[in-house]
Order: sequence, then C-alpha cells, then structure tokens
Amino acid sequence: MQRHLISAADLTRDDAVLILDTAEEMARVADRPIKKLPTLRGRTVVNLFFEDSTRTRISFEAAEKRLSADVINFSAKGSSVSKGESLKDTAQTLEAMGVDAVVIRHGASGAPYRLANSGWIDAAVINAGDGTHQHPTQALLDAFTMRRRLVGRDAGIGQDLSGRRITIVGDILHSRVARSNVDLLHTLGAQVTLVAPPTLVPVGVETWPCEVSYDLDSTLAKSDAVMMLRVQRERMNAAFFPTEREYSRRYGLDGDRMARMPEHAIVMHPGPMVRGMEITAEVADSERCTVVEQVANGVSIRMAVLYLLLGGNEPAVSHTRIEEK
Amino acid sequence: MSKILIRGAKVLGGEPQDVLIDGPVIEAVGSGLPAEGAEVVEADGKVLLPGLVDLHTHLREPGREDSETVLTGTRAAASGGYTAVFAMANTFPVADTAGVVEQVWRLGREHGYCDVQPIGAVTVGLEGRKLAELGAMHESAAGVTVFSDDGKCVDDAVIMRRALEYVKAFGGVVAQHAQEPRLTEGAEMNEGVVSAELGLGGWPAVAEESIIARDVLLAEHVGSRVHICHLSTAGSVEIVRWAKSRGIDVTAEVTPHHLLLTDELVRTYNPVYKVNPPLRTERDVHALREALADGTIDIVATDHAPHPHEDKDCEWAAAAMGMVGLETALSVVQETMVDTGLIDWAGVADRMSFKPAAIGQAQGHGRPVSAGEPANLTLVDTAYRGSVDPAGFASRSRNTPYEGRELPGRVTHTWLRGKATLVDGKLT
Repeated sequence: MQRHLISAADLTRDDAVLILDTAEEMARVADRPIKKLPTLRGRTVVNLFFEDSTRTRISFEAAEKRLSADVINFSAKGSSVSKGESLKDTAQTLEAMGVDAVVIRHGASGAPYRLANSGWIDAAVINAGDGTHQHPTQALLDAFTMRRRLVGRDAGIGQDLSGRRITIVGDILHSRVARSNVDLLHTLGAQVTLVAPPTLVPVGVETWPCEVSYDLDSTLAKSDAVMMLRVQRERMNAAFFPTEREYSRRYGLDGDRMARMPEHAIVMHPGPMVRGMEITAEVADSERCTVVEQVANGVSIRMAVLYLLLGGNEPAVSHTRIEEK
Repeated sequence: MSKILIRGAKVLGGEPQDVLIDGPVIEAVGSGLPAEGAEVVEADGKVLLPGLVDLHTHLREPGREDSETVLTGTRAAASGGYTAVFAMANTFPVADTAGVVEQVWRLGREHGYCDVQPIGAVTVGLEGRKLAELGAMHESAAGVTVFSDDGKCVDDAVIMRRALEYVKAFGGVVAQHAQEPRLTEGAEMNEGVVSAELGLGGWPAVAEESIIARDVLLAEHVGSRVHICHLSTAGSVEIVRWAKSRGIDVTAEVTPHHLLLTDELVRTYNPVYKVNPPLRTERDVHALREALADGTIDIVATDHAPHPHEDKDCEWAAAAMGMVGLETALSVVQETMVDTGLIDWAGVADRMSFKPAAIGQAQGHGRPVSAGEPANLTLVDTAYRGSVDPAGFASRSRNTPYEGRELPGRVTHTWLRGKATLVDGKLT
C-alpha cells in the first residue's frame, strides 16, 4: 500500500483485494454490541471538506470513530477558506495542530494530489472526491458490494471480480465515480461497459480499459451489475440532452428494463438518487437495488482504508484482541 | 570606450569573423579587423546573432508590478538575448489609449535594457465590443503598429473584420488570440486522453482552429494582414499552410514551450504547466516544429507571462495561466530546432529576429549583421549545457516549467545599439 489514497488507478489487484478483505473484517465489528476498535486511539484525522457532502463526510466520520481516532471536521463554508485562504495554508494550519491524516473533498480535480505531493504537509492524504477526477473509496465500496452480492460474503475473501460484467450508466463526463470504478473494476478483472449519450462521454475515453455504448437496452441482458449515475441539475440546461424526459426514456432504469437483466444481476447507485430521472421508484425500492447496502459498506471500506494507511502492519481485528489481553 | 571588437564570432553560425562596433552601429565585419582603440570581446567560436525580437511579451506594468515591471522584464529580455520586445496590452489599466502605450514605451526607453514596443488593445478594455482608438495609439509617441486583445479572443466576427480593415489605413496588423470562448468555458488543459483521465476541463483544438480558419478567410475577404498568436495545434498548422498557399497575408507564431512540452506533464497537477493555449500532444509538438522549419509558422514568440509564486503554489483550478520564457527561449529553440537539425543558426536569426521585427515593424531591429547596421547583437555560447535555475532569473517571477531541466546554449553578451546590456552572462 502507498502512503496516500489519491486514485483508484494507484491500487494494484492485491492492494484492492486486501482492502476488500479487511473491510469484511471491519464489517464483522459492526455486528458486535460494541462497534468500536481501539486501533487508531490517539491518532487525529481531519475531514477537510471544501464541497458539501454530508453523506461522504458522515461515512468517514463513522469509520474514524469506530477506529477510535480523534476526529476534526472542517467545512470550508463559513471558514477562512471563503475569505481567500489558500489550500496550502489551510492544510498547514491543520497539520500544525498535529493531524495524522487528511480526508479531503475538493471541487478542483487534482487538489488531493497536490496536497499529497507538494511538500506542504506530511500527513497521509485520503481523497474523498476531487472535482471530476476520482473518488476511490466510492469505487472500493462499490466493488465490495459487487463481490458480496455476486461472489459471496465468505466465498469472496481473497477473490477479485474476474469475468463479471458491469455496466455504468449516466453522466460519465463529469463523474469521478465512473472514473474510479473503471480503474478499479478493470484492476479487479471485471469487464466494464459505459452507457451514456455521446455528449456525456469524454473525448479521450478510447484509451480507457472499458467498452462504450450509447444504447442501454442492448447492454442489460449481459450485465451482472448496472450502476446508475445521477444527472446533475446544471447539466439540464447545457445542451447535453434535449429534455429530462428524453434522457429518462433513453437512459433511465425502470421496471421493464430491470426485468431484462439476468435474474442474479443487481442495480447500484452511489446516491443521491433522482427518482423519476435516472431511476424509477419501482427499481430504487426493489430487492435488487443495493443503494442502502452501499452506504453501510462504505463505512467498512473507509475503516479498512484508514486502518491500512495509518494502523500499521498487524491484522486489524486480531490486533485488538492482543491489546485487550 | 566607444569601439568594441568581437573577435572570432560565428556570424549566424557561419565561419568565425570579427565584428567591429563603433558607437551605435556596426563599422565592419571581416577577418583580422584591427583591435586598436577597441575593447576586445573574444568570441571563441560562439554564435553571433542579430538581437532577438519578441513579438509577444507580458511586462505586467502598469497594474501587476508584483509579477513584473518594465525594468525587470526588459532585464530578463536582455538576459535572454533580446533587444526588442512587444508588450501585450492586458495590463491594468488596459493599453487601449495613447496615454497607456506612451507610458510603457517611455519606461522602456528610460531603463535602456531593451526597446519596448507596446501593443495596443483592439477593443476597449479587451471586452471585444467597441474598437479602441487604434489610430490615436498609432500616432502617439509609441507608434503602435500591432494590435491585440491577447488573453482574450476577438471573437465577434464583425469586430474582427472591422479591426482588420481599419488598421490598413496606417499599415497595422491585428494579432489574434485564437480561442472560441464558448468552446472553452471551464477549459483547464488540452482536451484529449489526458484530460479525460484527470477530470480537468478540456480546451479542444477546434476552439483554436475554427477561429484561425475564420480569420484567414476574413483577412482574405477584406485584403488585410492578420497575425496568429501562439499557434498550438497540428490542425492550426494545416489551416495556416492552406491559407498561405492561397496567398492570404497571414503570419503565425509558436512559443518555445509548445515546441517542447506536452500535456502529459499535467498529470503532476503542477500549475507550472498551466498555460493558455494549453500544452498539447506529442503529435502537435512535431507538427509545430516542422511548420517552424518549413516557414508555415513564421516566428518564435515567448508569450512570457510572469505570475507571483502564490498564483502557482496552489491547486490546478486556482492557478493562473502562463509561463515566463524570455530567459530560456533561445535554449529551447536550440534544443528543439537546431540540435535536432531542423534549422541552422541563420534559421534561428530569421525566426527570432528578422521576421518578428518585420511583422511588428520594429525600426532598427532584425537587421543583417553587416557594416552600417545598428549594433543590436547577441552572442551565444552554443556548446554550453546546464540545468535551469530560476533563482538566477532577472525576471521578477519564477514560474518556469524548465526548473532543473538541462538545456543547451547560453547567451553571454547582448548589445543594444552598441551598448552592452549583458556581459559574460551578467546584466550591466
């Protein structure tokens, strides 16, 4: 493992499988009456959020607290950042307070990379989403969810996603979730197909390790998982597609389309969903939709990442037993 | 001592000769010229070029003296072998009136390191809506002949057409920053494979090429001359080549950085590589080199764009666009064009002195190295190799993409009308 987690592309197959396996161990902690490990006792983690994202921030915070880390939440809104303080000064201020890791969410692509590689700070940097670049813990929790559902909770240990067919549908151009998933799923041996109107596929996609299709219907029957991405409001009036209704008809997932997926296939969504746009309520509320599981799995994955980056070399859970003696 | 004898210099890269300077002019060029009464500079086989002329420099004064001033910028120019620079109009206030261009012109003359020829804005405030008083700037003491909204494109086709037509009255030229604004909203780097991976807003080649295509056709239609700033794509090369073959009066420039660097460097997210137009691909770099060699692209211009440290020591999105270039331009041209065998030193003189002076009508610059001509000269140690150390720059800013990179060639002497501005690599 590297010192930082900036991009899903930086993970080897073995790194990724180790994180998924560690997350399974962490998930067992969640089943205990006391859901807390002393692993990061005395370590300080700051959640440095320059973009509003309550879900991701809460998920990291839960993971940090379950590992007994001291947690500082720093939201850029109403802080000195909005008064013109630079990323560098903010980071150095936090580090001066003795922070061991920085979990950063930033609207600018590359901000976590700069934070980790410019000599500004020494703390470990975990990317919690940067611009339209990467969101590696999201890709990890998605892969974790797929492995559990498609391979099995116990059968999956030590396994990757070889041969699984994953379809990702929606605004690929502006999606850090899509980029991270393409990288990680490819590393884990899955076959990825991106589906979107041509306006929402980036120029340069031809070098990505995946297929691209403009036709959702032709991909459904050969998908083990279909991941729907949210289409943000600001795209509506920028000529990426004519109307919301046309988008929904061509690229939305409804009950009829879901019925054409293989029986074992799952529907995923990183949230928040826009019901009636990319996904109907019928699909969102169905047994096959893993949205809520993905949220729960997110905490386990983030515990695993924090543990592996900060916690050291011993196994996470047995390590705690040694301490308890 | 008014006489200087430069002994054993390869004039434009030819056989070693002596060059005798008397006051502001070259008195003689030949072998075994008498050293009596002259200060002798032993050239030892260094290459002697006419003083370089930069058609595209940002001196930042007035308004952003924290990044550069006319004094520091002209010292950087002398250090890089330049004897004349054209100062772009995007200052604060904008150089869109006779008053501002005269101020910049006068500051250059007072400091005496390098002639400063101001470029006037095409439109008031660079806003693209209303023509600035182009005639007044031309008639001012600054005698402006080149007009540009550089930094912004004159994107309104009617305004561009009128500007092209209007400056014919006094032999001016419009230098276009070719960037279709709608296609480049939110643009942060070249649009392609790398931008797709990095999730940075794409600046597509077509945004440059479509404006160049429109403007060469406009220039043809109204019988005007147009100059294209910092051409950066293979497609732009094809359009300019086609336009020239059709007899359209178009000239074009390329920057040193577009001859050497590619968008692969943006993978570091280091804003020192953030520039407008953006670094392109390997294929574009090769097309630009070939075009500069075959004359499709006429000149090298630096687009020297100084920025204070804080504007680059940040995340990519927050950083300013631009690179300093005056002090490394000749080395980059040697690396990319001379050492690769694409052009010789006479070709360098052509593309960095003769032609830019001709396009901008810089009086007394870009002249042959021969008796009776103004003594605007630069002496280059072409055998030198060394790594770039921004700490040694004369420019007030340090935003170079070449820090630590080994480059060939070093300017040791520069003379402006016979007065040394740089001696043994040190400013006078």
